[in-house]
Amino acid sequence: MDKIKLTVNDKEIEINAGLTVLQACEKAEIEIPIFCYHPKLSIAGNCRMCLVEVDKASKLIASCAVQAVEGMAIRTNTDIVKKARKGVLEFLLINHPLDCPICDQGGECDLQDITFSYGPDVSRYEESKRAVEDKNIGPLIKTVMTRCIHCTRCIRFSNEIAGTPELGSVGRGEDMEITTYIEKELTSELSGNMIDICPVGALTSKPYAFQGRSWELKNTQSIDVHDAVGSNISVGSREGCIMRILPRSNEFINEEWISDKVRFSYDGLQSQRLDSPYKKLKGQLQTCTWEEALEEASCQIKKREGKEIAGLVGPLMECESIFSFRELLKNIDCQNMDCRLEGEFIERSSREKYLFNTTIDGIEESDAVLFVGTNPRIEAPLINARWRKRYLKKGLLAGLIGEACDLTFPCDHLGDTAQSLQDIYEGIHPFIKKFEKAKNPMIVIGMGALTRKDSQNIYNLCRAIAHKYDVVMETKNNFNILHTKASIVGALDLSFVPENNALDAAEIYQAVKSGKIKVLYLLGADDIPLTQNDVKNTFVIYQGHHGDKGAHLADLILPGVAYTEKDGTYVNTEGCVQRAFKAVWAPGEAKEDWRILRNLSEVIGKTLPYDTLVDLRECMSQANSIFKEGNHKVTNYIKSSKKKEADFQNLIFLPDPLKSSINNFYMTDVISRHSKTMALCTEAFDKKSEKEKNRHA
Amino acid sequence: MTLEKKDRIFTNLHGEESTTLKSSMERGDWEGTDQLIKKGSAWIVREIKKSGLRGRGGAGFSTGMKWSFIKNSRKLPSYLIVNADESEPGTCKDRDIIRHEPQKLIEGTLLASVAIGAKVAYIYIRGEFFREEKILQKAIDEAYAAGLLGKDAAKSGYSLDIYLHRGAGAYICGEETALISSLEGGKGFPRLKPPFPTECGLYGCPTIINNVETIAVIPEILRRGGEWFSSLGTINNTGTKIFCVSGHVNNPCNVEEEMGIPLKMLIEKHAGGVRGGWDNLLAVIPGGSSVPLIPKSVCDTVLMNFDSLCSHNSNFGTAAVIVMDKSTDLIKMIARLAKFYMHESCGQCSPCREGTGWIWRMMERMVKGETEEADIDRLEEITYQIEGYTICGLGAAAAWPIQGLIRHFKPLMVERMQNRNKGAA
Repeated sequence: MDKIKLTVNDKEIEINAGLTVLQACEKAEIEIPIFCYHPKLSIAGNCRMCLVEVDKASKLIASCAVQAVEGMAIRTNTDIVKKARKGVLEFLLINHPLDCPICDQGGECDLQDITFSYGPDVSRYEESKRAVEDKNIGPLIKTVMTRCIHCTRCIRFSNEIAGTPELGSVGRGEDMEITTYIEKELTSELSGNMIDICPVGALTSKPYAFQGRSWELKNTQSIDVHDAVGSNISVGSREGCIMRILPRSNEFINEEWISDKVRFSYDGLQSQRLDSPYKKLKGQLQTCTWEEALEEASCQIKKREGKEIAGLVGPLMECESIFSFRELLKNIDCQNMDCRLEGEFIERSSREKYLFNTTIDGIEESDAVLFVGTNPRIEAPLINARWRKRYLKKGLLAGLIGEACDLTFPCDHLGDTAQSLQDIYEGIHPFIKKFEKAKNPMIVIGMGALTRKDSQNIYNLCRAIAHKYDVVMETKNNFNILHTKASIVGALDLSFVPENNALDAAEIYQAVKSGKIKVLYLLGADDIPLTQNDVKNTFVIYQGHHGDKGAHLADLILPGVAYTEKDGTYVNTEGCVQRAFKAVWAPGEAKEDWRILRNLSEVIGKTLPYDTLVDLRECMSQANSIFKEGNHKVTNYIKSSKKKEADFQNLIFLPDPLKSSINNFYMTDVISRHSKTMALCTEAFDKKSEKEKNRHA
Repeated sequence: MTLEKKDRIFTNLHGEESTTLKSSMERGDWEGTDQLIKKGSAWIVREIKKSGLRGRGGAGFSTGMKWSFIKNSRKLPSYLIVNADESEPGTCKDRDIIRHEPQKLIEGTLLASVAIGAKVAYIYIRGEFFREEKILQKAIDEAYAAGLLGKDAAKSGYSLDIYLHRGAGAYICGEETALISSLEGGKGFPRLKPPFPTECGLYGCPTIINNVETIAVIPEILRRGGEWFSSLGTINNTGTKIFCVSGHVNNPCNVEEEMGIPLKMLIEKHAGGVRGGWDNLLAVIPGGSSVPLIPKSVCDTVLMNFDSLCSHNSNFGTAAVIVMDKSTDLIKMIARLAKFYMHESCGQCSPCREGTGWIWRMMERMVKGETEEADIDRLEEITYQIEGYTICGLGAAAAWPIQGLIRHFKPLMVERMQNRNKGAA
């Protein structure tokens, strides 16, 4: 890339050509105050805060909007620049209420900070101030529109990143207002990010309103578990209580956004928690001590043979517990274990067969995508945002087989049954004419397509399409599985699946019903198709953090901890291994899951060979080398693959339409199911879908 | 120094004759247009450069120069936009051109399109010009019917389509980039420059935006030659110009005159003089509401052209002369203008959005004298905090009238304040 030389405040620097004056100043480590500029959004240049002096220009220039050129002499510290900044701040403040003491943005407010550094010390404004009516834009965002400084970041965010152009400005001059025009809830799954990008307290978090101050919070780096994206988050806690969750920047995964479920479902961690071991006595669950609970579990397990025992692992578990659980089960000769609770078909012959191989940031290089049985907008909103980014930047050809849905970028609906997939393979579908011309096409298979009776056939057909249309080649692999559960890739990497003809999840359910399985151990597994009646002959041990479906089946409850309460390793859908840290202590007597398993193994008499997390991780990395380093970025998994034609003459497909595995984005797991905020969102979401239904009717 | 009848371009400015195509042609419109077109775009640009024509929309940028900035690439089409969103208070020249000389505008549009290689031209007309839009559309239809537009326009081999687009009544849409935003269907927000419209304008394509009057004089310049035009007026301020004289004169009028006519002569000769005689004059706003006013002492000698008015800290603008006699409450007058600019600010940039409201509120207090002397200085300082710090020129346009008032009539403001204080005591 071409380099250019210029000076900032007489300091000479060399930068890449094409950068703006603002970026040049950043490179020279000189701060420019900004309000409307945001690196991820288009340039508006309307706040006029970033004015700097450039030689040869008669007026000050908006540094965010002007390209730096060779030999430019930029000055940011002259009197005229200082005066301009003071002037702009004075104007912004005349109609901005001085309600910082009751404003939730206080302490992390750009206007506050910049005024402190660059602003005037007194106000000269003597007229009356403007007041603007607050808008109701849903259960997540609280608006105090009088505080708005019209930077239009939220408008640009909803138009560009979220792809739901619902916000806009009406009125002119000082009557300009940011609004949805007709009052309604924002429908974006990413709307919470507007709270982060709002430089003032106009848009703040509704659940967090008046709950805390930014400087009181302890921030812990963590990884989200509500979907398989592995969003990097920062958990803000105070006095052992989670106050809020914010995104952490990771350009490879979530950039600087998180979805609303990630951000707002933390209140689910406060209700229906299991805080003490429970034992069933005369049909009633009663609290007991850890000793009693572990003794009971050990007694039940020791009574049985390995093949009479089964273990299932739920969607929120971290790798350490999964690993310990597997070791424990193996030590008692139990092979009946599975992480595919919905009977997902996973081809496990090599790691690339079950990963999102293109990688999330690799999407930006892909010019075409074929979705099969998925709705990425609700299954993985942040991955979906990447496709929108690609679409806006360089265009994207997208086609979907499954339920028609609005993905925030144009996407052809190619059909909803496997027949369309066959048409694609045979090259008779009109879409393929465009798809085969793509330089870097990708195929994405969702869980909706892999949780059917004919999943194996669908998978093989997709694989065949991938080989036929150069999606998988020797140099690249754009064949992707879009997982929806945070634990599943890690569990697969740790082989938490039945071996040697042992029972898989579906067979375990059958065996429980027929009474062949005498002990069923659920590690955070709640979404299983078993009723109380089904398990009457089985001793069910539930280890987890919420009193949800799994706990209702249980004869013995071992209280585990939630993802914010433990150190853990997670592997996201693209195979990226990331580490989360403990933010708060678990309630009551709940213990970290791997410790419970370690203690139980000791009571059983088959002690696991580690006492600390460090030792455990060492053992885990011996089991699978991908766990050797935490927080690393995976590269596109390329495995040589010759073109092969699948023989699918005798493949049989169900006539049922393909659809997404998720119906309600806001409630997908035990935490979000117990979150009040998510319940409010669901209500709004239901209202919306009802309205849509009525419109269609 | 007055314009001779033979040098007048707009012979039907006052609408004494019919506006039909036939009658326009009798006045000389569309005469040898095909021959002018066949001389090629380079010749047209050269001739316009030679004429020294400066844009008539207010900024006074050289038209020939602007046209030469356009870079015709094969990839992107280029567009011509005629700015007929005439909303500056006091200005009404474009309205009369559209009313009475529409064929001149259409012919000019064709010639300008040839010059910049545009195959499509848009005329963005002010929403309130309802009747004018009807007249202009009728004239365009007539021209199409006569084969003067469309394919092989005027048998020159050049094709041009003209679309007439009505605005929705926003002053800011007269600003060229806001006009583009509005024409594209968006909100009328001015855009950041650079890139200038000549590089990246309508739909991202190279675009030239010219005022109605600029476009309408082009056929006559090309027919008579650039030298003829530049022989009128003074150096750097050549040609003829329509002056809109309004306010306290005996005969408010639109009149075509030579550039550089003394203001006094303009008013006395064409507008029947100031109401109550020249000595009853208080001040004049010489170029539309946005330019700073000039007091009588300046009016006595100033010439009506870009350079002369600039040297008196004012501006030629659109040559809309607003005359105010001694009965005028100048402070109230400027306060009303401040209100206008507050109302018309688009709301994008912080200084203009917040500042225009602030200065209007302060001006309202000044009208009543409810101020202190320090307030006047503060007001002036605030206007300088807006001017030049915004995306478009509206911030400056809001600031200038107030700066003009304070520059020349600060004692009047102080006096009003003292009178009120006396009354209160």
